[in-house]
Amino acid sequence: MSHLTNFEVFLLLSVLKVAVVLVITLMCVAYTVLLERKLLGRMQNRWGPSRVGPFGLLQPMVDGAKLFLKEDLMPLAVERPLFLLAPMIALGCALISVSVVPFGAVTRVSGVDIFEVANVNIGLLVILGITSIGVYGIALSGWSSNNKYSLLGSLRSTAQVISYELALGLSLVGVVLRAQSLNLRTIVDSQSAHGMLSWNIFGGFQFVAFFIYMMAAYAETNRAPFDLPEAETELVAGYHLEYSSMKFAMFFMAEYANMITVGCVATLLFFGGATSMFGHVFDGFLNTRFFNAVFPVLWFVVKVFGFLALYIWVRATLPRFRYDQLMSFGWKFLLPLAMANIIVTSFVLAMRG
Amino acid sequence: MQLALFIIFGGLALAGALNLLFQRHPINSALSLVVVMMSLAVLYWSLGAEFLAAAQVIVYSGAIMVLFVFVIMLLNAGEEEKTHGSRAAYGAGIPGAAAIFCLLSFVFLSERDALGKVSVGGFLGNAVDNIAEVSATLFTKLLLPFEVTSILILVAILGAVVLARKEQ
Amino acid sequence: MVPTAYYLILAAMLFSIGIGAFLIKRNVITIFISIELMLNGVNLTFVAFAQMWHQISGQIFVFFVMVVAAAEAAVGLAIIISIFRTRQTLNVDEIDLMNS
Repeated sequence: MSHLTNFEVFLLLSVLKVAVVLVITLMCVAYTVLLERKLLGRMQNRWGPSRVGPFGLLQPMVDGAKLFLKEDLMPLAVERPLFLLAPMIALGCALISVSVVPFGAVTRVSGVDIFEVANVNIGLLVILGITSIGVYGIALSGWSSNNKYSLLGSLRSTAQVISYELALGLSLVGVVLRAQSLNLRTIVDSQSAHGMLSWNIFGGFQFVAFFIYMMAAYAETNRAPFDLPEAETELVAGYHLEYSSMKFAMFFMAEYANMITVGCVATLLFFGGATSMFGHVFDGFLNTRFFNAVFPVLWFVVKVFGFLALYIWVRATLPRFRYDQLMSFGWKFLLPLAMANIIVTSFVLAMRG
Repeated sequence: MQLALFIIFGGLALAGALNLLFQRHPINSALSLVVVMMSLAVLYWSLGAEFLAAAQVIVYSGAIMVLFVFVIMLLNAGEEEKTHGSRAAYGAGIPGAAAIFCLLSFVFLSERDALGKVSVGGFLGNAVDNIAEVSATLFTKLLLPFEVTSILILVAILGAVVLARKEQ
Repeated sequence: MVPTAYYLILAAMLFSIGIGAFLIKRNVITIFISIELMLNGVNLTFVAFAQMWHQISGQIFVFFVMVVAAAEAAVGLAIIISIFRTRQTLNVDEIDLMNS
């Protein structure tokens, strides 16, 4: 690589990283769908999909083929530009959030960190911003469908998402106070001192913030028990009623990609990210460059997988909120609790000096 | 490279603003304004204001404009019509806007050398990054305006709730 | 290295397009949107000058402008909703008298 300038090396490696992360994320989205169906099935005392391939592992391929081959219906009265734009915004925003997430330890190849696509000083604000922009996908899909019920479903969902964005943002302030930075690498590093004891949820005492973050994230991603706007029995399946085949698949993928993003952010902020559970106890064990690069990624994947399983478990267990219960929960319970958490955290940190 | 970034996103902002002017339905104007705001966020980032870029995306285009889009969808007012008032406004509005633009650009272009050049990326006074610098000033020297704006927002929330309530 | 004047002229263009839209359009919400466009033009001017003179106060002023714009948008839209409830129209030519 000696005949390329530094900038060209950086550019090539970045493009490679983006391509690899995108492909892996899309594969994870497809297999999250399968994971959900299997886990839901097991919790309901039945097998999930188990016929296609061993343990149903080829099911996402077959589902993808089915969705591609379905007829792409576009009703005459829809507003075409917005109709086509809405699923693109939803899926695009869901996938962009993965670009600031560090999913491994700092490993440099030709001076470029290969386990993070973009190391931005305001990484946490980028994730919050992308979540805010994702609201447009929902709002525009209902509007452009030119259908009263879709419009009502999308207005409900938009109101739900923007209400819970507040609690989401505020619950992360405690973590930022402890780490003194918005850079996701710095936040992960502030939790790496003593393994599990220095994670933000245990050593940083941010369990209230974690609880608020989980509730707000479930509401943001429109997942059970907050999935009123898109449940099949409510308002004729809500804002993605008029969409079929590829565009519906994009909404569907956007929901699962948002789940994965929430899992990634929760592990980074509350569970120590890619650091191991045992801290520095086993540092001398298998201390080669290859294992130092691979093991943190494995820890990260295990933690995100735990969050996905938690999502699916909650979906299988809890009944749905009614819309007014949902809104009053967000505004009257989570928001004051998040503000109280900020006050208590900053008080304790000021006392400690 | 900063010039390329400026031309692309400045052009996008300008196209969005012109689209706002020429569209008939208010929802298309609102979405054009979202495009303008996102490209302005990129321009702020290139001028070194990272926190403002994030605030522009989160607050302005992610909350305020969502509120606008929400109200437009709720009220469902429809496209604009050509009325007598609108034709008179064309006669006064376009020359007025053009006059203001000519005045401003004359002032800026005549002082072009005194204004100098800006570089990509921020300046750091005595802080580690842009956010630390903004917050150092905001929470020490400008604490009173900061608290006053929080009271302002509280008053605005109360006002909006009272004004938009149904008559009982 | 881009001359500061280019940023200022872009901001002036956004501001004057905002003024043009404010004067031309007949829908109340579009007029309100053009006010936001004018505020954004002014914000760009502040940030450009903050970079030029290496002072952080330009950026802090933009922060306050954003906060005030948010408060103003909330109250203004609430007013527009109550206007719509009483007059059933959003055309400024038809809602310009106190009793009609």
